[in-house]
Amino acid sequence: MNGSPRIGLLRSLALVLAKDILIEWRTRARLNALVIFAFGTLLIFSFALGPDTQLLQRNAGGYLWLALLFASLMALGESFRIERENSALDGLRLLPVDPRALFLGKALGNAAVLVGLAFVLVPVMIGLFGVSISLSFGLLAVTLVLGCLAISAPGTLYSAVASNARARDVLLPLLLFPLIIPALLAAVKATTVVLQGDPMSQLRSWFGLLAGFNLVYWGLGFALFPLVIEE
Amino acid sequence: MENHPAVELRDVSKRFGAQWALARISYSLPRGQSLLLTGPNGSGKTTLLRLIATASSPTLGELRVLGLNVRDQREEIRQQVALLSHASFIYEDLSALQNLSLMSRLLGIKDSKQRAASLLSEVGLAPHSPKPIRQFSAGMRKRLAIARLLLKAPAVALLDEPFAALDPSGMGQMERIIRQLITQGTTVILATHQVEHGKTLCNLRLHLDSGRVAAP
Amino acid sequence: MANRVRWAFLIVALGMLVVGAYLALAWAPPDREMGDVQRIMYVHVPQLWMALLAMTLNFACSVIYLVRNSWKTDSLAEASAEVGVVFGAVGIALGSIWGRPTWGVWWAWDPRLTTAAILLVAYCGYLALRRFVDDPERRAVWSAVTAIVAYVDVPLIWYSVQWWRSLHQVQSSPRTVDPQMVLVLRWQSFAFLSLMVFYVWTRYLIAMATRRRELAMPAELSAPAPMQTSEVAR
Repeated sequence: MNGSPRIGLLRSLALVLAKDILIEWRTRARLNALVIFAFGTLLIFSFALGPDTQLLQRNAGGYLWLALLFASLMALGESFRIERENSALDGLRLLPVDPRALFLGKALGNAAVLVGLAFVLVPVMIGLFGVSISLSFGLLAVTLVLGCLAISAPGTLYSAVASNARARDVLLPLLLFPLIIPALLAAVKATTVVLQGDPMSQLRSWFGLLAGFNLVYWGLGFALFPLVIEE
Repeated sequence: MENHPAVELRDVSKRFGAQWALARISYSLPRGQSLLLTGPNGSGKTTLLRLIATASSPTLGELRVLGLNVRDQREEIRQQVALLSHASFIYEDLSALQNLSLMSRLLGIKDSKQRAASLLSEVGLAPHSPKPIRQFSAGMRKRLAIARLLLKAPAVALLDEPFAALDPSGMGQMERIIRQLITQGTTVILATHQVEHGKTLCNLRLHLDSGRVAAP
Repeated sequence: MANRVRWAFLIVALGMLVVGAYLALAWAPPDREMGDVQRIMYVHVPQLWMALLAMTLNFACSVIYLVRNSWKTDSLAEASAEVGVVFGAVGIALGSIWGRPTWGVWWAWDPRLTTAAILLVAYCGYLALRRFVDDPERRAVWSAVTAIVAYVDVPLIWYSVQWWRSLHQVQSSPRTVDPQMVLVLRWQSFAFLSLMVFYVWTRYLIAMATRRRELAMPAELSAPAPMQTSEVAR
């Protein structure tokens, strides 16, 4: 009485990712709230830091990534709340589904939400802060994608941990923020450079740091997530 | 493989935080048997079923399912064991059909959608299949959980309070399914408060009290 | 016997620190640029080295725990993280105190101090996680994962902060080339190392005692039960 042959990692990953995207689509009111929250955050930065247009322009990249970071906490938290409701993730684990596929699927799904959010915020940022893209839109897109991937991998790993502990809403940012400082630095620098020009050719270094960070953290998440979700 | 007992516990204990849910259980269940697991609330029935399903690992002791060790052969065990639990393992925002198709695909079943649809008819959920689970009653969720159980033909079926929340027709169907599993040679472990009902279905019994094996 | 060795570490540390105080405050020559203010380096730098050493020990224990579950390893991880955070916090505070008369500010985004500050927050997060998880097994696995992820980040943080700062003015730190200064620094480092061994060992014993209390099976449950024979239901 054996089960059907095991499906591969990639297929499991694709199914988990499709499931997450389907759920995001079904609950898109929540996504709208996320967008509005991020938009509100950008507005608040403008007011808190004053109307000095020079300052706003120079730091636009920073504000964008801060808004994305705060929004990511909500997205990550919500993503795991769905899994804990009815122990759905447990159910997948027991089917059995390779836990590494669960990690990759969820982390990519979270990254997709963040990238979508980022693209929506770019025109807002351009409007609010009066910046323009000096280098190409393609390079901006690459920066956004690399940065969102960098938040999503450790974010998914940590939200699996935090969602089961007490004080989970405090624990996730406490664990995540110090960790992604390198990625945040690189993403902000790269974004600023793409917006304002790259006289010293720094973009490569920052992309390198982002790529390296992603490599390390997706690898670690892949290896460690199974240990985190097993009881 | 054929001569291993379905479940073999040696001195198994399980602790959650400060509470010992199970303490030093040793028991051997031969294959193809049906075991009635009884005991008051908090006696450790659910914990025991979860350990056998490898949802959780024992704190102490050794547990083997179909001859496989739960500590390092979890995946093989999971392929042959199915758990029907309090938790429904489903996604609230998807429909019954979407949930079941997803699981079906993850199990590598061919023609997943058709299989899911036919199982849903079998458990009487066909008219409700496109609705999101949020709109389901407790009884409907239970029927969906039964459909999930039937997706793969498990060697060991673990049923935790399967009759809870079901209406009389649902209970009748659940009973038919259990009898069918037993006829097919599936090892069934049934945890229930309805002892008399359970006795009509199972040929063996194990009683737990405060995490230990006790006389009923 | 082991207890005596442990206390010996404390005594040696205290002795060395007394001698070290003399060496640092009187024997070592004053810095050419900064004068006597520079002498705080003889406590500031060893604290941060000890913190880094403690974090490394924590990382090693975390990796080992995931390979072979052992309460000793988990307790040692807990002990080294806590002691590391204390040394780190003191080291950063001393760095800040040093900065005030030298650079005129309490904080100057110096790459080393910045990295230390980030790590301090990260490991406080680790300690917070340990406090917020009640189940000992889950706590051990999750904190091991967190520690590994945080530690691997250290070089990334270091490099990114360096690059970030290289585009702005970097506050220079004194280069210790003077052999007398190097000697005092080494002496102090060993003194603090001895102190740290004492602290970690003691904290480890406390952690193990806590584990034993958490894990004990109550007497009424721990009587062995014989293998049950199947009872017929009907």
